[in-house]
Amino acid sequence: MSLMKEVTKGIFKENPTFRLVLGTCPTLAVTTLAVNGLGMGLSTAAVLIASNFVISLLRKFIPDKIRIPAYIVIIATFVTVVDMLLNAFTPELHSALGIFIPLIVVNCIILGRAEAFASKNPIAASVADGLGMGLGFTLSLTIMGSIREILSAGTIFGVTIMGAGYEPFQIFGSPAGGFLVYGLMMALVNMLFKKFRLE
Amino acid sequence: MTSILAIIFGAIFVNNFVLTRFLGICPFLGVSKKVDTSIGMGMAVTFVMGLASLVTWLLEYYILQAFQLEYLRTIVFILVIAALVQFVELVIRKISPVLYQALGIFLPLITTNCAVLGVALLNVQLEHNLLEAVIFGVAAALGFTLALVILAGIRERLELVAIPKHFRGVSLALIIAGILSIAFMGFQGMM
Repeated sequence: MSLMKEVTKGIFKENPTFRLVLGTCPTLAVTTLAVNGLGMGLSTAAVLIASNFVISLLRKFIPDKIRIPAYIVIIATFVTVVDMLLNAFTPELHSALGIFIPLIVVNCIILGRAEAFASKNPIAASVADGLGMGLGFTLSLTIMGSIREILSAGTIFGVTIMGAGYEPFQIFGSPAGGFLVYGLMMALVNMLFKKFRLE
Repeated sequence: MTSILAIIFGAIFVNNFVLTRFLGICPFLGVSKKVDTSIGMGMAVTFVMGLASLVTWLLEYYILQAFQLEYLRTIVFILVIAALVQFVELVIRKISPVLYQALGIFLPLITTNCAVLGVALLNVQLEHNLLEAVIFGVAAALGFTLALVILAGIRERLELVAIPKHFRGVSLALIIAGILSIAFMGFQGMM
């Protein structure tokens, strides 16, 4: 039961993108298309779950003083694995995400969860935490990617939904649109949380 | 010479690291509440990024490519950057306590600033030579500082304004950044 709570916490109450404001660089950079948002979210989730598992497993063996470099090596290893897998199986996604795949290493969600959660909790809870945070991140990125894709191109996951007369808003595909959509969505999330007294 | 100028101008204005490349957003949102602290952060980042460009370029061409170890790039770069930041912190503390007072609190934050790892990876991707790499690193950091100081200046003024309550904090900062980004898009016509 409590494991379920660790999972849902990451999706809503402590959503990394809108509540904790972590991992903002990939959030803004790759969400021009829904499929890129989904791909980035799942890659980050995979690294997060794997690194939380290993760090939790080794938490009694890693000396306190060198824990940060140790975590970085573990995270960087999994990022390299994900990088190679994407390159081998989904070359299009790999080139769309570009340098933001190696930059998963410095995504503060991953190091943040390693330091705040996985280094202090047993393995099952850490994996559940990684799964929840990863799903929350994936969900936010996919929603943002969908909004920007609909506004800037009239499609979602590449499927046209807006009809032929639709005049696309070019601005939402550009960097400025990323900032605007993120800012407005955060205000919306703040409002919903206040309205339903979730905090 | 013109290519060097193009790199400098491109990194500061046309492809501003924060506003068009989305690198270094966390410190951009976190440390942009006061102009003084944002200048301190900008100086620390400029120093580290210049140095990181130099060191990672040498590692890339004399170790990783020489021994066909490119797949280790991510791990090697991030470890070198983390070590470099620690080293810079130690040196500054010994040599100049005044500078350490000004930059000290920002230095540990820089390890996870994706602009630093980003500039190292972009230098490889864009196939810069050593001089271009260092200049690109410093210019990119100056672009970061510029965006940070502008945002901090705007946020200082907004302290006294009545803002709708759901927009307070990060939400409004992101919208301001969006408008700044539109302004910077104007530079694209110049290249």
